[in-house]
Amino acid sequence: MDLSTNYLGLRLANPLMPGASPLVDSIDTVKQLEDAGAGAIVMHSLFEEQIAGEQLGTIYQMEMYANSFAEAQSYFPDAKDFAMGPEQYLEHIRRIKQAVKIPVIASLNGTTLGGWIDYAKQIAQAGADALELNVYHVATDPVETSDQLEQRVLDVARNIRNSISIPLSVKLSPFFSSLPNLCCRLDDLKVDGLVLFNRFYQPDIDLELLEAVPKLALSDPSDLLLRLRWLAILSPHVQASLAVSGGVHSGTDAIKAIMTGASAVQMVSALLIHGPAHLGKVLAQMKEWMEQNEYSSVRLMQGSMSLSRCPDAHAFERANYMRVLQSWRTSPGASPAGV
Amino acid sequence: MANRIRITVDGNEAAASVAHRLSEVIAIYPITPSSPMGEFSDEWSAKGQKNIWGTIPQVMEMQSESGAAGAVHGALQAGSLCTTFTASQGLLLMIPNMYKIAGELTPFAMHVTARTLATHALSIFGDHSDVMACRQTGFAMLCSNSVQEVHDLACIAHVATMRSRIPFLHFFDGFRTSHEVCKMEMLSDDDLRSLVSDDLVAEHRRRALSPDHPLLRGTAQNPDTFFQAREACNGFYDACPGIVEQVMDEFGKLTGRAYKLFDYVGDPKAERVIILMGSGAEAAEEAVQWMMSQGEKVGMIKVRLYRPFSVKHLIAAFPQTVKSIAVLDRTKEPGSHGEPLLLDVLGGLAQAAAAGISRFAVQPKVIGGRYALASKEFTPAMVKAVYDELAKANPRPQFTIGIMDDVTHLSLPYDTELDIEKDVFRAVFFGLGADGTVGANKNSIKIIGEETDNYAQGYFVYDSKKSGAITISHLRFGPKPIKSTYLIRQAQFVASHQFIFLDKYDVVSYAAPGAVLLLNSPYSPEETFSYLANEIQQEIIQKKLRMYVIDAYKVAREMGMGVRINTIMQTCFFAISGVLPREEAIEQIKKAIKKTYGRKGEEVVKKNFAAVDGTLANLHEAKVGTAATATRMLPPTVSDAAPDLVKRVTAKMIANKGDLLPVSAFPVDGTWPTGTTKWEKRNIAQDIPVWDPAICIQCNKCSMACPHAAIRAKVYDPASLNRAPATFKAVDYKATDFKGGKFTIQVAPEDCTGCGMCVTVCPVKDKVNPRHKSLDMAPQAPLLDAERKNFDFFLALPEVDRTKVKIDVKGSQLLQPLFEFSGACAGCGETPYVKLMSQMFGDRAIIANATGCSSIYGGNLPTTPYTTNKDGRGPAWCNSLFEDNAEFGLGMRLAIDKHNEQAKELMQLLSSQIGDTLVRELLNADQSTEAGLAAQRARVVALKQKLATINSPKARFLEMLVDYLVKKSVWILGGDGWAYDIGYGGLDHVLSTGRDVNILVMDTEVYSNTGGQQSKATPMGAAAKFASAGKRTHKKDLGLMAIAYGNVYVASVAFGAKDMQTVKAFQEAESYPGTSIIIAYSHCIAHGYDLALGTEQQKLAVETGYWPLYRYDPRRTVAGENPLQLDSGAPKGHIGQFVKNETRFRMVEQQNPENFKRLMDTAQAHIGSRYALYEQLAKVASGSNGGTGNKA
Repeated sequence: MDLSTNYLGLRLANPLMPGASPLVDSIDTVKQLEDAGAGAIVMHSLFEEQIAGEQLGTIYQMEMYANSFAEAQSYFPDAKDFAMGPEQYLEHIRRIKQAVKIPVIASLNGTTLGGWIDYAKQIAQAGADALELNVYHVATDPVETSDQLEQRVLDVARNIRNSISIPLSVKLSPFFSSLPNLCCRLDDLKVDGLVLFNRFYQPDIDLELLEAVPKLALSDPSDLLLRLRWLAILSPHVQASLAVSGGVHSGTDAIKAIMTGASAVQMVSALLIHGPAHLGKVLAQMKEWMEQNEYSSVRLMQGSMSLSRCPDAHAFERANYMRVLQSWRTSPGASPAGV
Repeated sequence: MANRIRITVDGNEAAASVAHRLSEVIAIYPITPSSPMGEFSDEWSAKGQKNIWGTIPQVMEMQSESGAAGAVHGALQAGSLCTTFTASQGLLLMIPNMYKIAGELTPFAMHVTARTLATHALSIFGDHSDVMACRQTGFAMLCSNSVQEVHDLACIAHVATMRSRIPFLHFFDGFRTSHEVCKMEMLSDDDLRSLVSDDLVAEHRRRALSPDHPLLRGTAQNPDTFFQAREACNGFYDACPGIVEQVMDEFGKLTGRAYKLFDYVGDPKAERVIILMGSGAEAAEEAVQWMMSQGEKVGMIKVRLYRPFSVKHLIAAFPQTVKSIAVLDRTKEPGSHGEPLLLDVLGGLAQAAAAGISRFAVQPKVIGGRYALASKEFTPAMVKAVYDELAKANPRPQFTIGIMDDVTHLSLPYDTELDIEKDVFRAVFFGLGADGTVGANKNSIKIIGEETDNYAQGYFVYDSKKSGAITISHLRFGPKPIKSTYLIRQAQFVASHQFIFLDKYDVVSYAAPGAVLLLNSPYSPEETFSYLANEIQQEIIQKKLRMYVIDAYKVAREMGMGVRINTIMQTCFFAISGVLPREEAIEQIKKAIKKTYGRKGEEVVKKNFAAVDGTLANLHEAKVGTAATATRMLPPTVSDAAPDLVKRVTAKMIANKGDLLPVSAFPVDGTWPTGTTKWEKRNIAQDIPVWDPAICIQCNKCSMACPHAAIRAKVYDPASLNRAPATFKAVDYKATDFKGGKFTIQVAPEDCTGCGMCVTVCPVKDKVNPRHKSLDMAPQAPLLDAERKNFDFFLALPEVDRTKVKIDVKGSQLLQPLFEFSGACAGCGETPYVKLMSQMFGDRAIIANATGCSSIYGGNLPTTPYTTNKDGRGPAWCNSLFEDNAEFGLGMRLAIDKHNEQAKELMQLLSSQIGDTLVRELLNADQSTEAGLAAQRARVVALKQKLATINSPKARFLEMLVDYLVKKSVWILGGDGWAYDIGYGGLDHVLSTGRDVNILVMDTEVYSNTGGQQSKATPMGAAAKFASAGKRTHKKDLGLMAIAYGNVYVASVAFGAKDMQTVKAFQEAESYPGTSIIIAYSHCIAHGYDLALGTEQQKLAVETGYWPLYRYDPRRTVAGENPLQLDSGAPKGHIGQFVKNETRFRMVEQQNPENFKRLMDTAQAHIGSRYALYEQLAKVASGSNGGTGNKA
């Protein structure tokens, strides 16, 4: 059976991989993931805020009181040679590359055209096989139009595309008015892949302290449905390879994603819950299902349920949505799953 | 060797650069102004820089200077090449070992930034009183006068000690030379190698102690032999001057810079000669050259080798024509007929005459004078005044220069207007500590010094405040080496980086006629002039100044630089000063930015580049009016309501004009009144808290947390509100203790530093708009007038009746703070404890304060924060030293107890005359409560009245002591550097005595005052100086060590985490009739985060178990209870939650994440095991504990 897939121009032994998360901070876990059969490793994100904010903040804290009191020209050991850039991250790329044979996809997270973009090149130089750009943005500014917002995504992607020659994927949120149009424009920029979708921290309210508390709940399979729809819609239209991220917990989840058009399947929550070895179980479930259903390769399944090939294309469209809501109403015992 | 590089460094770096390369073991202890030498050495060793023998010198921070001297002595005995760096009191602590090192003829060079010794006051500044105290140790003493000389003579000292076996003390002036940034030529490793032969190293090694060829030193000798044996070293001292001379000659050949033991400068036929050493010699040389150009026959001698003092070389240095000599000493020896150098010269001349080697036609007259104590200015004008005195037929035999002595009339008058500087570009910058002015100027000096052929010099003057501190930078650039070792008075370029400085300081007076004036102004180029006070307008017009303005804060905001205007103002300087072509300057600034921040991230570099580019578009020449039309005059420095001394003396110091005060203005013994910070009105807060009484729950946490007593709570009679200002806020008091009263939270708008800690701790959020709290920060300027009136009204409201206040967090904050408006950092984590102590016990407290932050914000002039209540009572305060504070406080206790005992004895003797009942009541008074104290005070009043009627010597004697019948509270305050390190021996002894003193250790986990060196309180994994890769050992558990005594009250507190426990601990510690120690977590700028969040960090510290809270009260054993109570729960979460917020930890993580993880894992395990240990101790059934305190 051929489980291999082509993602971002990289040939992977199979489509499963850990998504961007702190999972891969430990080299031991990275090795366990490889042993479990991961097709690639996606690293945790280097955040624009981390790069820009922490640098500025740390320098500010160190310089704020320097040279202002006769007895102390500074309050910290000399920091001339103390690096605060992405060195730590770059070093981690090098260490993972040394530890595993599978491709390593680095991840960079940001939304504005700032100094952080330069780090894409350094990430490539450090040995990453590909870069996943996460344009994670919550639109809060009523003055900014959807077009301006999309343009910003495109500008950031173009800048990074032009600065590196390794494959580039863009991880998007579902909150764009016309996702297909945006994705096609990203396609035009020769972006190699699209990852659907990132998941936002959702603020909760602490009623006692009257504070908003950012929370990131783990995904569950109900999160997958949104992704399946957009994989199905987008896959006929874009050249870039697609990856799913969010809601894949089992082999059948993975197969659904592949059938709707994913070349790669990222998992985070399931691995956080069950441990790195769970990836192996999902792989085994995939194989078992394929055997039972006589699919000899992943490629055969890929896109088979996309909007262009699915027997009932309307199922992915608005009518379907209405029916689902009605079905909820007709099942008073059921409760919405997940978060 | 000809290709030596030129670098722009300060004196400390110049010395350390040589010392590090010529040493194997470096033992140090931080002390101003020498600390940077040790820090440079540590930094270089940490980076792997090697000495000339190819090995990395080992740098060891010790617990005190005596420890450093001991370690060095040991390393020398074991054959290492060593150095150390120190100053002032630190040098005094080394003296015992210096005798030993010299007595054993040990090659060793140490480098000293000569600093004032504490006498009537401490001073961190420069003079020779410390090194002069070492004349007798047997060390050779070599003095450098400039940054280049520091570098050169450091080398000569290390070489000469190897060749002569006499240890060398190489010194240079603290601050003036140690902190002056100057361009100089750096000696290469080859230069150093060529002067130090390996044979000399081999000889030193051969003399070392080794079990492979055992020897013994350090014997004790008897009267039969000691004297002769002591004389046995004479030959070495006789040879030493010749050896130094030879090394200087070799050095001159190597570098082209010639030095002599006594260097003469001036007319070969000079009749008047001045002799001095140190940086003042540079100013004197300028004066000599200028006077010679005016046709005067004058000369001067720079003393380089002061010990051994070679009379032969001294005599040879003089021109034969000399008729009169003035010897200038930068030290004071009260009671002597002259200062040391004067006596040395006088004795030398007499010896020469006796030996027949005198070369003078007539024996010259010799006079002596003191100059420049504690970095007082010493200018060519003053030098000229000395020569003028020498020209008189009968010059004064003893004089002072540079001050006005209107008491003993020793001072010489001098021409304050004389300015001889030429061919030098001079610039003066007024900045705020936090705005980065000094850093930017250091950068500019480097640019000009290292990128052009010009010479450059920078010197920086700081005030003594830690928040809102002003800095004045003095920069000179010119084609020749710069010898002007004094401040600039007439500059071609003057910049005020804060608009408000124009009102506060004489900024414009520094401008020479026609100079450029650069203002950071919130007003437009057209308007700015009209916003200046009339006097300033006049001066600008009269001096024909060209004025440029920029709204630097606006540019900084727009460029994402926050409040950092350094790059912007630096760009302005280069753009309009003309010291470099504009384009070249901009390119150099950007190069420097890239160099400084390159490794820290592209974002920072980009933002700074943007700031440079954005500056030029926003810098404009401003319109200067033709007449001074402003109706606004400069405001007075202090209010007219201030006491006479404050108006006459303190105000001058505040206005930066303390130099003008004559001797008569000062107390003779260093005694000052308390309660003067309140007159300073510094107005440094951009934002101040605004109180919303409608939602306030009256918890007073804001007041508790305020480091500056700038937000206060009061409860008072509603009738007091009759004449309240219109905006004064008052609400009904909510609790029952003062039912019917009114309650106010009031900010002191001009004293608040704007730290925001009060807002952070405020627990009340508006239910409708939770962003709004009962306290919100708002811009100060629009609130100022109203709140100033409100605060005055608030102060005039009667204070609460102390006897009725229940002491908890809320109650403690209704008590008047007797520590207010100190110069501590905005958001300081120490001062809330000091303030709390002053509220609870200040009216009967006497404080011994260890040197450190708390002695600086507590006692550095111009103003003092300890104050008095309406009865005139308040804390009495004194700082003795750094190392002896526990003993110092114990001494106070002994005296007070003795006074009390004697008063009781006398009272009993006079009992029949006083009245038995009153005496009995006085003797048996319960003073454990405020009511009890008040009753006792009333009895003392009655006793005084009674005594006035008794006509006996005993009654008179008793009158002197009666106040000691009221309980006094002795507080011993200091930081962790004192308690854990240098003062630990004394602290431990005091703990062992059981005497009733209260020790408050404000633990910032680092030497805060001297700039963040590690102490034994520094936690594992934190970066500090001397632990740049993170401290590898655990913090010492001082509390547990104190608990081990069994009869000591011990508390570990963190007010931000549990203020209630803090108040309780203070109350218990004070009431405990034995020794008490409170170890108080104090967040600090050296931790690296916004201190508005200090209390939040304290919460995390306690929650994670990083800082456990407990109280150990030996009294509990009486009731059969365990004395130890844990006040914080089992550690929750991971230490990572706490450390991730602080730069001191993040630095270590970013340098080496794996190493940091290991350190944090160990630290986490330690938290667990420590808590388990405490828990076990708290569970142990109480038994014998060594007894309760000893109320002697």
